[in-house]
Amino acid sequence: MTVKLSDAVFDPWQEIADHQQAAGIAGKYGATAVFVGTMRDFNQGDSVCGMYLEHYPGMTERQLQQIVEQAASQWQMLDTLLVHRVGQVEPNDTLVLVAVWSEHRGDAFDASRFIMENLKSRAPFWKRETLANGKQRWVETNSSGYKRQS
Amino acid sequence: MSIKVLYFASLKDQVGRAGDELVVPAPLSVLELWQQANPDLPVPNALLAAINMNYASLDSLVSDGDEVAFFPPVTGG
Repeated sequence: MTVKLSDAVFDPWQEIADHQQAAGIAGKYGATAVFVGTMRDFNQGDSVCGMYLEHYPGMTERQLQQIVEQAASQWQMLDTLLVHRVGQVEPNDTLVLVAVWSEHRGDAFDASRFIMENLKSRAPFWKRETLANGKQRWVETNSSGYKRQS
Repeated sequence: MSIKVLYFASLKDQVGRAGDELVVPAPLSVLELWQQANPDLPVPNALLAAINMNYASLDSLVSDGDEVAFFPPVTGG
């Protein structure tokens, strides 16, 4: 199980490949569920050209660790990789990566969803967007995770 | 008792500083700590708090040496 914060751009697919190779679970897993969150260039009807991801050093890592441990107590997971960006990010940068390896798909799907939803509601990160017009604003709440029906 | 207070994100902007080192009388709740640290500010809506990096309710009591953080709803991911 690996939980880490990254203050630089990372390639989620390379992270997954590297982690999987080092994990020593070849032949053991039958399912890998992957979630990759990417920064959009728009939010709430405005163009966004950059974002600062603030966190609470120490508590953020502890919360992420607790979330992954909780998932491991509920589902049969062989391994987990969680990477989250901090600091200044740009559109199309990867913000978060969650990968779960398990014997069967149900555990991988459910555990990865649990980790993402709990990260969204519990992990101390805050987004400050820079809009195309140069204004900055704090994102006040996370969305439901679904595009609103128009 | 001595308490270290931290503020994050929009709350840090609102209070105009990243933290305080306070000496306060016991017993004191997290909410009372906010009020002592920021007597001229109303208690923010949806105020979240942590004691020693664990989530805490506003009526939790603080102890000597605690690190207490105040922050708005989280928006990671």
